[in-house]
Amino acid sequence: MKKIGKQTIKFDCPPSISEVASIVGPKESKGPLAKYFDECLDDEFWGEKSWEKSESKIIKETVNMAISKSGFSSNSIEYCFAGDLLNQCISSSFGLRGLNIPFLGIFGACSTFVEGLSLSAIMTESCAEHTLCAASSHFCSAEKQFRFPLELGNQRPPTSQWTVTGAGAAVISKSGNGPYITHITTGKIVDMGIKDANNMGAAMAPAALDTLICHLKDTGRNPNYYDAIITGDLGYVGKDILTELAQKERIQYKICL
Amino acid sequence: MNPLDSKKDYQDFVNKKSPNSPIIKNCFNAFWVGGLICSIGQIIMSICKSRGISQEISGTIVSIILIALSAFLTGLNIFNKIGKFAGAGSLVPITGFANSIVSPAMEYKSEGYIMGVGGKMFTVAGPVLVFGISTSIIVGIIYLIFNTQSITLV
Repeated sequence: MKKIGKQTIKFDCPPSISEVASIVGPKESKGPLAKYFDECLDDEFWGEKSWEKSESKIIKETVNMAISKSGFSSNSIEYCFAGDLLNQCISSSFGLRGLNIPFLGIFGACSTFVEGLSLSAIMTESCAEHTLCAASSHFCSAEKQFRFPLELGNQRPPTSQWTVTGAGAAVISKSGNGPYITHITTGKIVDMGIKDANNMGAAMAPAALDTLICHLKDTGRNPNYYDAIITGDLGYVGKDILTELAQKERIQYKICL
Repeated sequence: MNPLDSKKDYQDFVNKKSPNSPIIKNCFNAFWVGGLICSIGQIIMSICKSRGISQEISGTIVSIILIALSAFLTGLNIFNKIGKFAGAGSLVPITGFANSIVSPAMEYKSEGYIMGVGGKMFTVAGPVLVFGISTSIIVGIIYLIFNTQSITLV
């Protein structure tokens, strides 16, 4: 593992993502990606009494699913990185308390999962055989904490986005059949002064572009090197903004999500 | 010109890119739903008055019935759908105020009755109460000052 350029890490023996698992809520189950999820729930509560408990259950079951699918015993997984959107990361810390794996709680809001993947990969290459990373969010618990009660009769503007109900987990191993994590470019915080909490795509797009440019510069690669460049969900507006900003920077890519 | 040069340039760029709310459709829906709620209120008022109840008490009865109705519909998960459709049409009449108190009460029930329902019930309606009551106190003081100097305002 060595650092190249300004913000990028290059792995000498790239860690492999050996197994992944995901469980999602009702809205995601009706979306175009539904067939790729391991389990689709039709009830936001999933038999629990509160949304927070339900989110905890979702991340717990997702992590258990990832471990059992990977075929490794949970004892052989040496570290776990997990986070969510709630105060003090209660969903992941309560959900994973029975896991018996050294736990590192992380918070990166929308970037939590990639942050977890990065740290897991670094940990795996430096000292561990298998590590695990997970992230969860729940539409109802996020609305409750950050916005308004669900039953409040207000209108959402067309630029507002929808928090995912669901969790994802990945087991990272020192050796495996891939896909491999070969490089990590950690992005900077780029604040272009967007104050509208209902336009997150516009707030995040400049940071996505900055990281992308930095990655290409550090690795000396051309955007055409990649079959697809995938960002987190910026929504229609954010995607449109990122595409146009990238064109201004003369970055042409094939697919961008 | 690069929109990332300054915060203002970027804000202008984002404004150009972001779709606006469909304001004519929203206004139209708010107008007829708000009108309908007020008409229901007027019908209740007329019924009460035709039964010989005074104007003042009839008004109170209208408020009570509309608040009860709105709270009931909030509990049935129907009011938020009306609100999503009608916006200010259902929010501005007393129905919206009832909804803004019942919805946090429901939301925070999972945190218990004292600290949850009791403590969080006014998270949405709180500012309206604080500034509404503060304003009425200030108006009251002004009225008192002018009134003692025998200047009639009304």
